[in-house]
Parts: sequence; structure tokens; C-alpha cells
Amino acid sequence: MNILRKKSAANVPFSETVIETLIRLCGVSSIIFVFGIFFFVFREGAGFLFGGLDLGQFLTSPEWYPTSLSNKRYGTLALILGTFSVTALAMCIAVPFGLGAAIFVSEFCSPKLRETFKVIIELLAAIPSVVWGFIGLTLMNQLIIAVFKAPIGLTMLNGGIMLALMSVPIIVSIAEDALKAVPDSYREAAEALGATRWQVVYRVLLPAAKNGLLAAVLLGAARSIGETMAVLMATGHSVNIPLGPLSWIRTLTATIAAELGEVARGDEHYQVLFIIGILLFTITFVVNLIADLVIKGIRQE
Amino acid sequence: MRKNGLTDYTLICILVVWVFSFAIIGCSPKDGESVASQNTAQVIIKNKGSDTMVNLAQAWAEKYTGITSTASVEVSGGGSGTGVAALINGTVDIANCSRQIKPKELELATQNTGKAPQEFIVGYDALAVYVHHDTPIDKITIPQLAEIYGEDGKITKWSDLGIAHGNCPSNRIIRISRQSNSGTYFYFREALLGKTRDFELGSLDLHGSKDVVEVIGRTPCAIGYSGMGYATSHVKMLEVATAPDAPYYPPNLENVLAKTYPIARPLYMYSLGEPTGEVKAYLNWILSAEGQKIVEKLGFVPLASH
Repeated sequence: MNILRKKSAANVPFSETVIETLIRLCGVSSIIFVFGIFFFVFREGAGFLFGGLDLGQFLTSPEWYPTSLSNKRYGTLALILGTFSVTALAMCIAVPFGLGAAIFVSEFCSPKLRETFKVIIELLAAIPSVVWGFIGLTLMNQLIIAVFKAPIGLTMLNGGIMLALMSVPIIVSIAEDALKAVPDSYREAAEALGATRWQVVYRVLLPAAKNGLLAAVLLGAARSIGETMAVLMATGHSVNIPLGPLSWIRTLTATIAAELGEVARGDEHYQVLFIIGILLFTITFVVNLIADLVIKGIRQE
Repeated sequence: MRKNGLTDYTLICILVVWVFSFAIIGCSPKDGESVASQNTAQVIIKNKGSDTMVNLAQAWAEKYTGITSTASVEVSGGGSGTGVAALINGTVDIANCSRQIKPKELELATQNTGKAPQEFIVGYDALAVYVHHDTPIDKITIPQLAEIYGEDGKITKWSDLGIAHGNCPSNRIIRISRQSNSGTYFYFREALLGKTRDFELGSLDLHGSKDVVEVIGRTPCAIGYSGMGYATSHVKMLEVATAPDAPYYPPNLENVLAKTYPIARPLYMYSLGEPTGEVKAYLNWILSAEGQKIVEKLGFVPLASH
């Protein structure tokens, strides 16, 4: 491509100019879409955000009474904690499994087995989230009741397991790519020094691929934070400060999904739901920013 | 590029097809705006709203499509508020509503479409109080329910109701509720607590009448409310009294019609303006003996005159 670039403009065929313009348009459009969505969400919520909403109460009160007739309260603390706790739990389950599977697929298994594995993992990624939610609502619910003697199985644990199952395929495929991207010369050099296969993985591959692995984990986490349908069905959808894996909780996304359909447009409650949208945007932005800084920090070392 | 077998020209062709496909989508006739469009021989009546009523509306639609050749009915759920919102936008002919339309919504609809929504009571629904079928309880009073569900309520354990619940070792009452803006939630809250007290947070707010019964059927510690038509063999409906010394009534046809069962409500359908043509014929059929027979068949309560 560099050689082509250096040619004078007259030598570039017309078709290539067309392709380049279209590809550039595709690139720019994604930026426009993101800003467009942010603008829309912000516009819908801005009226109440700057005129009337008690931001302190919004962020620190666990009392979520958007439809009270006598005393409306819009506190999202329980919802924020719900989102973070279920995501953290999901990552505790998904990261070891996902990275372990990626290491196995990339380093230890035979090429034939690898192909089968990849197909199955892709299949796992193709299951719609509402199906996961239904599995949580029926199968996992009873399993948790039976195993933990819990009064009800629609809990943070249930939602966390569902989210873990949904983010494992993402983590596996990205982490595997990251491991594959480590040059073979690293492996050969390590083996030449007498390292065992495990030492190669632990001492050479993981440090060499850590940027990609971190990206895999963060994308998995982003998937968990943004997931809606499965957590709506599996976590019990209950405004509660989470006290442990067996408490039933509610997340920010599920609240928007459950309530937006039935609010009157332009209503206070409607605007608050959009402010939750802004909050989710901010959370995602901060997570991405931290990821960028961490990766940059690793690079500078 | 040539090495991969993908020439510039195939690439251009793909891009051109891609761009044109958008143009074609953009040119297709708009169909979202016309309500009950008359351009085909068969008129489509769009019907949307209450989750409680969706099975009923579906049954009506199926039966009605069978007996008439001039109209067919499209039913979708989503909740009372969704139906009213669609009515306000003018995208449905009939909105199903398990609560009465709010004054603000009425005003918005009139403002937006130029037609005032007309109200039709098409049946009644008794909200049954459900528990798991193993729960050793048969009766409950409204004040007890208010203390179970209300903010700072005093009843949180099954033993507070004087019950030793063997299948629920934690003894804790798990409250099953609905998302906070469904018609069912509004009605149940007002029936129990009036307009000034709220529900205690921490209930499981499920999405849909069916889910409530489904979850209670799997959860021995649970109590919940849902339409009486959703009962299954895994759950039990409690008899309800308005006060501790008042008589208890089970939710059934006679008690709802006699207005002795305390938590029953009308089910509404709203049309945009005075209904005309096929919409009018459909509403008349729903209110007729034949339409009301389906109300009873689905576990709701038909209008008294039939």
C-alpha cells in the first residue's frame, strides 16, 4: 500500500479512488453515528438533568420510585451497584475460563480439535440473549434453588453465570487472536532455552500478548455491562442493594428496557430513563479510557 | 489484491449493489402511517396494548378473522402504556388498556390526532393473589397484603401471618410484583395502599402476567399477583377479604360480577374518535354475546349483561 501511495495521483486508477472514498465514508459514518446517538440521548434527558433532577439523590439514593403518586424518588444507587456487581461476578467466572480456553485452543490442542472448538465457541456466541434469559429464568433458577438452598434462584449469581456464558466466546476469540499474533520466534527461542510448554505460556506468551488479552477482558466486560435481556430475566429485577451472590438485583440497562416501553414521552420518568442512558455512556467511556491508559502504560514500560 | 482473486471490479460491484440496496429500501412505500388502510379488499385493524389482555385480544382476533372476510386483526402486546402511546401517535386503531386512560394521555391523543379516544369496557379482570401450591395458606386480607407489599410494611416472614411454611426454610416472604408502570401494578397498588403509600422496594418486578405465575410456581416462598386467567396447577389462588372480620371471597366469575371480590377491575379498549366501519363492527362483535363468550373462556369475567 505504501508503494501505491507514493505514485502520483494521475497513475491511480479511477476505481481505486472510488473505493478509497467509500471506505473513508464508512469510517466517518461510525463516528457520526456515535455522536448522533449521544446527541439524541442527551437531548431527551437534558431538560430534566439541568432543571429539577437532584443529582446527589440520583447517584447516592437507593430509592427508585419513578411512578409514586405522592413522592417520586429517582435514586439509582441500587441499580448502579447491581450493574457493577453482576458484571464483576460474571468476569470472575468468565476471565479464567475464557483465557484458559484461549490458551488451550491456541497452544495446546491439535489443529483438528482446534477447528471443532472454534465452531462450537462461535455457536455459543450466536445464541440470542433472550434465550440465555429464558435458561436463567427456568433451568438455572431451579438449579440454584436446589444447590444453594436459596429461596429463589433469580439472583445475581444466576445473572452472572448467564453473562459469563455470553462473554466467554468474545474473550476466547479475541484472546486467541492475541496469542496467535505473538511471533513464533518467541516460542522457538524459549523452547531452545529449555523452557517447558507451560513456562513458554506463562513467561513468554502471556507477557507478550498482554495488551490483546486485556482488550479481550475489557470487551467481555463491556458486553456484560451493556447486556439487557438476559439480566432482566435472570437477576430477579429487584431494586436491592446487593449483599452477596444470592441477593436479587436490578441493573441500569434492565430498568431502561422494562420501563421505557410504558412511559409517556416527555414525562419526567421518561427523561430520567434517558439520564440513566447518559450514565451508562459515561461508565462505558470511563472503562474505555482506563483501558486505553492501562495499555499505554504497559507500552511505555 | 489480485492474488486473493478479488478484482477491483468485483469490489466496485459489491459496493454499488450495497449503495443501491439502501436506495431501494428508501423508495419502498411507507406503510406505517395509514391506519386501517383501505387500499386492499381486506381491512387490517391494528390492536395493541395491555399485557394482561394480549391473550384475550389474540383469541378475539383469531375468532373474528374466521367469521369475517372483510377484516383481519393484528394484535401486539407491550403493556397498557405502550398501547396508549401508539394511540397517541395514531399508529393503532384500538388500544387495549388494563387501567383507565390518564387525563394527560387523553389530552395528548386529542392534540396529536385531532380525535378524542373513546372508551369501551370489554370485560373484567380479577387480580388473583397467588402463592406456590405447597403453601399452607388459603386466605388473606387486604390489610395483610398492604403490610406485605407496602413501604415499611410489618409482615416480612411467613410466620408473621401465623404460618409454619415447611417448604420455605428461610421463612422470608418473597414478593413478586410487576414493573412499576404496568397497568396491573398501578391497579394493585391503589387497591392495597390508596394513592399515598408506595410499595416497599426489593420485590421481584417481573415483566408480564405469565412470568409472575411461572416464577411463583417454581418458588415455594413467593407471593404475587396476576390476572386470574393465568392460574396453573403449580400455584394456588387465595381467598381475599377487605378486613379481618369481613367474609373471604375466592376470585371467580360470580364474585367479580357481584362485586364482592375486592381486587377486580374493568378492562378497556380505546378507539380513536367514534369508531366507524370495520373497527366499529369489530368492537360491536367483542361486546356481543359471542365475543363475551371468549372473555369467559380465557378466565376473565364477561360483562354483566351476558
